[in-house]
Amino acid sequence: MLTFIARRILYSIPVLIATSFLIFAGVSLIGDPLGGLKVNPLASQQTIDHITAEKHLNDPIPVRYGYWVRDAVTHKFGTPLLSNVPIWDDLKRVIPHTLMLVVTAELISLLIGVSIGIYSAIRQYSVFDYAATTFSFLGFAMPVFWLALMAQILFTNLFLAWHVRIFYTSGLSSPDPGTGIHWVLDRAQHLAIPVMVLCVLNLAVYSRFMRASLLEVVNTDYVRTARAKGLTEKRVTMKHAVRNALIPVVTLAALNFGALIGGAIVTEQIFQLDGMGNYFIQNLLNTDIYPIMAWLMVVAVAVIFFNLIADILYGVLDPRVRYD
Amino acid sequence: MPEPVLSIRDLTVEFKTEDGIVHAVDGVTYDVFPGETLGIVGESGSGKSVSMLAVLGLIPQPPGRIVKGEAVYKGRDVMEMSKGELRRLRGGDMAMVFQDPMTSLNPVLKVGFQLTEAIQAHNDGVSDAEARKRGVGLLELVGVPNAEQRFDQFPHEFSGGMRQRAMIAMAIANSPSLLIADEPTTALDVTIQAQIIQVLRTAQEETHAATILITHDLGLVAELADRVVVMYGGRIVEKGDVFTIFSKPRHPYTVGLMESLPGLTVGQVGLQPIPGQPPSLISLPPGCAFHPRCSLSNGRVRCRTEIPMLRDTGHPEHISACHFHEELEGYQSKLVSEPVA
Amino acid sequence: MTDHSLEQDRTLAAAPVAGGAAAVGATGAEELVYESGLEVEVRSQWTYARRRFMRHRLAVGSLIILIIILGAGLLAPWVAPYSFEGYDVNSLEAAPSLHHPFGTDLLGRDYLSRVLYGIRTSERVAFIVMVLATMVGTAVGMVAGYYSRWADNLLMRFTDLILTLPALAVLLVAAGLIGKGNQYRVAIILSLLLWTALARIVRGQFLSLREKEYVDAAKAAGAGDLRIMFRHMLPNSMGPIVVFATLTLGVAILLEAYLSFLGFGVQPPTPALGKLIADGQDVSSHDWWLVTFPGLTIVLIVLCINFVGDGLRDALDPTQRVRA
Repeated sequence: MLTFIARRILYSIPVLIATSFLIFAGVSLIGDPLGGLKVNPLASQQTIDHITAEKHLNDPIPVRYGYWVRDAVTHKFGTPLLSNVPIWDDLKRVIPHTLMLVVTAELISLLIGVSIGIYSAIRQYSVFDYAATTFSFLGFAMPVFWLALMAQILFTNLFLAWHVRIFYTSGLSSPDPGTGIHWVLDRAQHLAIPVMVLCVLNLAVYSRFMRASLLEVVNTDYVRTARAKGLTEKRVTMKHAVRNALIPVVTLAALNFGALIGGAIVTEQIFQLDGMGNYFIQNLLNTDIYPIMAWLMVVAVAVIFFNLIADILYGVLDPRVRYD
Repeated sequence: MPEPVLSIRDLTVEFKTEDGIVHAVDGVTYDVFPGETLGIVGESGSGKSVSMLAVLGLIPQPPGRIVKGEAVYKGRDVMEMSKGELRRLRGGDMAMVFQDPMTSLNPVLKVGFQLTEAIQAHNDGVSDAEARKRGVGLLELVGVPNAEQRFDQFPHEFSGGMRQRAMIAMAIANSPSLLIADEPTTALDVTIQAQIIQVLRTAQEETHAATILITHDLGLVAELADRVVVMYGGRIVEKGDVFTIFSKPRHPYTVGLMESLPGLTVGQVGLQPIPGQPPSLISLPPGCAFHPRCSLSNGRVRCRTEIPMLRDTGHPEHISACHFHEELEGYQSKLVSEPVA
Repeated sequence: MTDHSLEQDRTLAAAPVAGGAAAVGATGAEELVYESGLEVEVRSQWTYARRRFMRHRLAVGSLIILIIILGAGLLAPWVAPYSFEGYDVNSLEAAPSLHHPFGTDLLGRDYLSRVLYGIRTSERVAFIVMVLATMVGTAVGMVAGYYSRWADNLLMRFTDLILTLPALAVLLVAAGLIGKGNQYRVAIILSLLLWTALARIVRGQFLSLREKEYVDAAKAAGAGDLRIMFRHMLPNSMGPIVVFATLTLGVAILLEAYLSFLGFGVQPPTPALGKLIADGQDVSSHDWWLVTFPGLTIVLIVLCINFVGDGLRDALDPTQRVRA
């Protein structure tokens, strides 16, 4: 088990290096990061020269990559090109915002999605099953950004019509959110719609996956054996069928959690939420490579970590899996 | 004649599929008496196990449908029972051992758990410790070595033979009065098969259960069964005691089965396979379902137009569904030349 | 389940995968036909597939709607009531009416026409992606599955690498790098991301087909590698490939919309569905139609594609089918 974990961590190092170099080279090649500054009449040549020297912008890409690695390791990713605020400070601010958004959405949709999936599978071809199926097909076909905009339009107009504030449609919190329970309420009012929007796709994914997984298990020989033993239908379903059908779902959820830290790029942008996804987009538009690289490293490490968690969970849930 | 344990009357089961309705069991009637072993024989797809699955309520509906018929157990029709009553019957009074021990045990639950679960489902208030004791005892009974340790292992740590032993232990956990073994040895190696047969014998002696042995293996039937039901195309074609069936079969299909059995005599000639394929249960040949493959039919019109009824052959309790079974009078199977036993 | 219907399922499942086995079964059936004097039609697997697909009413209906929508997009220059750039100064920001069923934007441009031209752009991108991703994915999957070893390793490591990163981030960086704007470039970027899934599917198919008897038989008969791959193994993998190609069409339309929405996709003046939604975003709270109709169009197209894909999966890939 420990050797398995150690080997996986060792194995992930070349992956990290390869991805980081690829992205570093890719973003560097997009264009001149100081392009905007150079045409800005307020920026002096001195400033530009200073930044160029400090970030070694005239060196070839592999050398710059080397400097970046040094900064990343010794100075927590250093500073962006165009500001002196340490990248790590920004990340420390946006990561909790993103986690609050995506983890809430993920947990809600996992819970509801799995329940819907189980019920759909048990009552296959019932009205409920058809309704759930229709909903998931819609969920799969809907661009999240469009759903987000539609929700925003709807709730903005509701507010304009009734002047009663139930949910906010933009931002993370009010200018004066208060403290304690007031702060929590204010935050909940702000996050409610983005969370709902994110839930739609996730619900579709989890309910379909759970349904398919359970339907596969329901027809297995061992479920028939359980029934032949005279167990109650509830016990056959929960202890024998659902227990086994959950294994791939749990694995999928663990993998998803890893990807979540990257933030919900379009949702955060539309609702003006100061999270990881928004941070990434803003810096990509500025072609500011250093925050992008920091973002990428956080995401890649999270993905690798949760891949490992998924594998370990799989082994815990399925005794047939061996770590060697 | 004692009261039968289970009495199946005119049972008809269908399955709806994309290609049409599968007539898996068509008007099947037979009895099982206390303490006896009844062998049900036929090729795969002849509807052998469907009747038993139907009795236990294990046929998924849809696509399955029990069209008609009854299965009387201790004076009550199982088909009329409530779901709860049927559930208490399953694994309690009627237990089943399935064909493939590799897939019939839940891979993520310990063998002991799956065993005690069967005990506790039918005995309220049995403590975990008590159930464990009985479970270990059952594993010992069916010949699982180191039963105490094996109890806490997962199915994948068991070999195929050991798993089938565990399945049998599960089936006899509540001393059933009817034990159904559905191809219990088919998935196993030959040497293991013999052991499992022995275990089945032990289980039967221990529980005095009537046993229904569903198989395509005539050797197994000869070994274990007292009476035999031969099925073809979802219908019973011949029924009788094992010795009569093996020595004087009176249905050309049964004869064909005997002839296609390789003997052990060196240099034996005349291994005769039945020509053609088992029929599709969606569109059975008209008349006698066996007539396209029959060596006796010779294109006679009656065989293709009239479904033969089961008729007496003259031997006690021996019936055959062949229009012309009298023509087989005098046929002696090469397998049995003089009474064994 | 009974042994009979299980067996039947197995034969059905085996039919498209193991053409050899199906052929043997068919010969047996013919013999029986002769002997019992019964008419039994011997059908090829494609006839079966077509029959199964036609029975899937939802899929057939979706296919018809899809043909109408995509056809309208293709013929946009002829069927659109206005040109996509034509101004109507008499109706700026007009709500949907008989004259302008989808309304008009700030400049008075007819949104129905713009949406039709948007479909034209999006479907062109999607079709290129479908062809490219399917061809590359099939080719790589064939090589990896047939020759195994190093090609296989390389493929697996590469797909691992891609899976480590959030798809949208990779897309955005690639879009920035390869050059946003041109629809062909957008198509190439999307194909680069999408082929890996098919490569894995085809690889799996080939790995299992390699063990089949008729492949051994072909080898024993002296058939070359290429002949075995193209004549014996590829035809038996067509089911999953066709299904993937269909579903990729939908995925490509969604992803192109994301890219265009975030400003990394097809650039103005060419209208694209995602860009149309983005254009409407700023005035969305009052001009709701600018967001609603292009979005609904995307949902309808992708929904239809997914239903068709689902029907095809049932028809061509019965191993994936949940038991009827």
